[in-house]
Amino acid sequence: MELSHRKYTIAAIFILVFLIFIGRFFYIQVIDTSYQLDAMNNSQRFVVKYPARGLVYDRNKKLIVANEAAYDLMVVVGQVPQFDTLALLELLQVSKEMFLRNYKEASLNKYRPFPIVKQISAKTYANLQEHMYQFPGFFMQVRTVRHYPYSSAGLLLGYIHEVDRADIEQDSYYSKGDYKGKRGIEKMYETYLRGEKGGSYDVVDVRGRVKGKLHDGKFDKPSVLGKDITITLDINLQNYGELLLSNKIGSIVALEPSTGEVLALVSAPAFDPNMLVGRGLRENFKKLTSDTLFPLYNRALQGDRYPPGSTFKLMNSLIALQEGIVTPQYSYTCRGGYSAGRLHVRCHPHESPVDLVKSIQVSCNAYYCALFRSILDANKYPSVAHAYTVWRNHVTSFGLGNSLGIDIFDEKPGFIPQNSYYDRYYGKNRWKSLTIVSLGIGQGEICLTPLQLANFTAIIANKGFYYIPHIIKEIENTSIDPKYSEIHYTTIDSLHFEPVIEGMYNVVHGGPGATARYVAIPHIEMCGKTGTAQNPHGENHAVFIAFAPRVNPQIAIAVYVENAGYGATWAAPIASLMIEKYLNDSIHPSRKWIEQRMIQTNLISPE
Amino acid sequence: MQTKQSTIIGTFRRIDALTVFLYALLVFMGWFNIYAAVLNENSTGIFDVSYKYGKQLIWMIAAFVLAVSILIIDSKFYSFFAYPVYIFILLLLLLVIFMPQTKGQSSWFALGDLKMQPAEFAKITTALVLAKYMSGYNVKLTQWHNVIRIIGIIALPILLILLQPDVGTALIFGAFLLVLYREGMPGWMLALVVYSILLFVFSFIFGSFQVVLVVGAVLLLVSIFLAYYQKNSFRIFIPALLSFALPWLIVYWFSLEISEYLVFLVGFILLFVPLIMYSYRKKIMSFLIVFLVGFGSVSFSYGVDHIFHSILEAHHRTRINVLFGLESDPQGVEFNVIQSKIAIGSGGFTGKGYLQGTQTKHDFVPEQSTDFIFCTVGEEWGFLGVLVVIAIFLFLLLRLIFLAERQRSTFSRIYGYSVASIFFLHIMVNIGMTVGLMPVIGIPLPFFSYGGSSLWAFTILLFIFIKLDSDRDLLIF
Repeated sequence: MELSHRKYTIAAIFILVFLIFIGRFFYIQVIDTSYQLDAMNNSQRFVVKYPARGLVYDRNKKLIVANEAAYDLMVVVGQVPQFDTLALLELLQVSKEMFLRNYKEASLNKYRPFPIVKQISAKTYANLQEHMYQFPGFFMQVRTVRHYPYSSAGLLLGYIHEVDRADIEQDSYYSKGDYKGKRGIEKMYETYLRGEKGGSYDVVDVRGRVKGKLHDGKFDKPSVLGKDITITLDINLQNYGELLLSNKIGSIVALEPSTGEVLALVSAPAFDPNMLVGRGLRENFKKLTSDTLFPLYNRALQGDRYPPGSTFKLMNSLIALQEGIVTPQYSYTCRGGYSAGRLHVRCHPHESPVDLVKSIQVSCNAYYCALFRSILDANKYPSVAHAYTVWRNHVTSFGLGNSLGIDIFDEKPGFIPQNSYYDRYYGKNRWKSLTIVSLGIGQGEICLTPLQLANFTAIIANKGFYYIPHIIKEIENTSIDPKYSEIHYTTIDSLHFEPVIEGMYNVVHGGPGATARYVAIPHIEMCGKTGTAQNPHGENHAVFIAFAPRVNPQIAIAVYVENAGYGATWAAPIASLMIEKYLNDSIHPSRKWIEQRMIQTNLISPE
Repeated sequence: MQTKQSTIIGTFRRIDALTVFLYALLVFMGWFNIYAAVLNENSTGIFDVSYKYGKQLIWMIAAFVLAVSILIIDSKFYSFFAYPVYIFILLLLLLVIFMPQTKGQSSWFALGDLKMQPAEFAKITTALVLAKYMSGYNVKLTQWHNVIRIIGIIALPILLILLQPDVGTALIFGAFLLVLYREGMPGWMLALVVYSILLFVFSFIFGSFQVVLVVGAVLLLVSIFLAYYQKNSFRIFIPALLSFALPWLIVYWFSLEISEYLVFLVGFILLFVPLIMYSYRKKIMSFLIVFLVGFGSVSFSYGVDHIFHSILEAHHRTRINVLFGLESDPQGVEFNVIQSKIAIGSGGFTGKGYLQGTQTKHDFVPEQSTDFIFCTVGEEWGFLGVLVVIAIFLFLLLRLIFLAERQRSTFSRIYGYSVASIFFLHIMVNIGMTVGLMPVIGIPLPFFSYGGSSLWAFTILLFIFIKLDSDRDLLIF
């Protein structure tokens, strides 16, 4: 066949398809009249059925995020005849300006239901329901709002808020007036918690009276309940932490070392999550954002301006042991500080000389300056820069210098400088061990978030491994992210942890010179380390890390109290109270005075 | 033949006025319908640029400028620069993947109000390059190395567009099959592709087993016909029946849990040996072909099923289901179609009159100014209006075929067929989806749908051909 004859085939295909279309249109438009009837009835109203949002339980199955019913008054402007505005306002108890403003907005699309007054209380609703018949075009829609029975962990739980334009564009699930988790686990586990919206299409007449279902309910869809989730938090411990840090700035992170589960995550000043529910939300949100103490800033995850202070001496001990630079027997004579050239790092009075275990117990600055320099200057490495890389690799294997990957947004990575940082700052090969000697005592450029510090403590408790800290424990009928059950080993062999733990044990239970003796808890073997982090933002931060019991540790904790002075004075008692609360559920009578003192002290505005 | 000078005035005298007229007619009809679709109580007038119809007027003026520029440019330009522009658009397609997503796709470069979708322009450049390559010296569709390059030219933009991912626009590239058919691709290939697509779609909607039953029934009828017509023995049906019935009986008898495909496979294997013997002895191929078609269809149908359920992930499945309208979702695809059908159906024979449509106006129909613009035609102008618009479209398509056939240069002919085929696929899919004959794929109706990017792309596509046609006596490449 001549190829040019194929034009007929192609033309035939075109004509055939178009004829089929014309037939189809003829059927729909002329023969089948049901579509015309549908169109006549097609003043439909889509009533969204919002499912109840999933509940949140703590590790002991205590309900910490609950639902309460709230009601929205909806309006379809195109179906509203003249109505008694004043009578409606009276019933609703809202201002005329706000009502009229919303009504105007609702008028932009006269045939789509618009929530004109949101979150009406149950009482107003009952009152209003009796009079609804007077107001055609208006109807009520139920939805649930959040309630937080324990009034704590605001940053962790997050809050829900009406979606904005960006949310709607990003995810077609949402439409105007929907709510969505905006922070914390409400945001992180939004897709599980929200469930699935349902809805029914009602056919309504001109007066807005329901005449039936569109296509016999074929397009109706039941809503699917949100999934309940259980989180790893111990809400009592969390509350207690917030209580201890009241009138202070700082944070507490408590982990279960054997699983990486977060037991408490306190950022102070804290706020009551119930503030961000209901009609007060906008006002309260403004209040919180303009607060000079930044309560919405999650210090436990973002406090990346915290140097670890003396707690970091443990890290240097571990690296020195692993690299074979020292043995636990290595001892050093401290003469009130460390001097080299023009540099002098001061130390406090303590017995001397000290070995490694003792050096931890008394937190000797001179010991760690010397130790750190002997790592960097060790002959086994070709250069200081190379030694620093080795050192840094050990440090980062503890999850420092990078975000750990906790399941809450806004986690910061902290800071462990790379070689290039010092090269830029001092020039290549222009920096020596002495230049950065302050890293030996946890000062200088390095910063750890309290979460990282707590995880560091958990690693010591585990003798060398960790699980990524996480909040999620269980999602109804779903498995949680497998990355949280994946074990991460550090580069330090477990045998090197023994002397370090021994030192930490002596910090609390050792003889004279132990830096945190008075926080010992009766019948609990606690291992800890104090820190006093110098920082450019004012008074020193008090730091304390601890885990307990020594054998089979149940809890690892890091406490930061900003600008409070010595770690032993403020952070250690708080940490010990938290541990005691978690392990014993109550505070020993002999330690009640410490508890009182911690709760009552105001470190924000000293009178 | 150098008597006619390629001057500008000459060009305007030689352009095909009928095509330009049809184009202008469609664009203005589109504009009036956009006005009707968007109109609400707050509107001030058709020229208000804060509304879509006002903006569309601006896009139309720009399209007019574009059209004139295209006619002024020397027609050799389109052949000469085909490759560089094609590569440039491919780069844009690659870049656009990294743009922020709207509705799950990264298809747009946005400059304020102005949005550019490179995929729209990829159709033009692909058509030009295809025409350029295929019109080259000694390029034949019977040579494998030529065929592979042709497939590459078409597949490259498709792959990049699928990455956005924009299945709808990628599908439009199927239009080039018609072009290839015109240029010598064997007819059975076109039939095979169409058959595979039908098999694929039906396997999805109705399930493999049903499709296999229907295919089996049809093939049985064909075999009976062959046996009768070619005066063959009917004896071959005995082993055929046995080899399929036996496995099924065994499966039922012992209530075995075996996948349907395996049972069919056993049937085919059992049948294969007697069939080969029979065909060899009788020296006929017809039954063997029927056998192969059946085997191929069953494997293809179950293969689709297997890929869908075992290899694809859940969210891909949902997306494909929605594409084929299988996922019932009150606010989703199926709902759009029923609203669209209500709007069109309510138009009746003569329609409700211009600007009198209630369905399209009160936001019942989604995307009413873009993908579902044809609803407005159906509702306000009724069946008569639909008939007129479809007739104009068909007239334009047939005119394009006529123009393409009168070209003396292969380049122009191939390009002309590309234009006609691309328009055809757009019209078919877009109008088809408003009445539920096609899956809902978000692609615009040429000249009708709101949007600068698509209007310009269609204008360029068409006017390059009008320009080529005006110079048909000069062009020899």
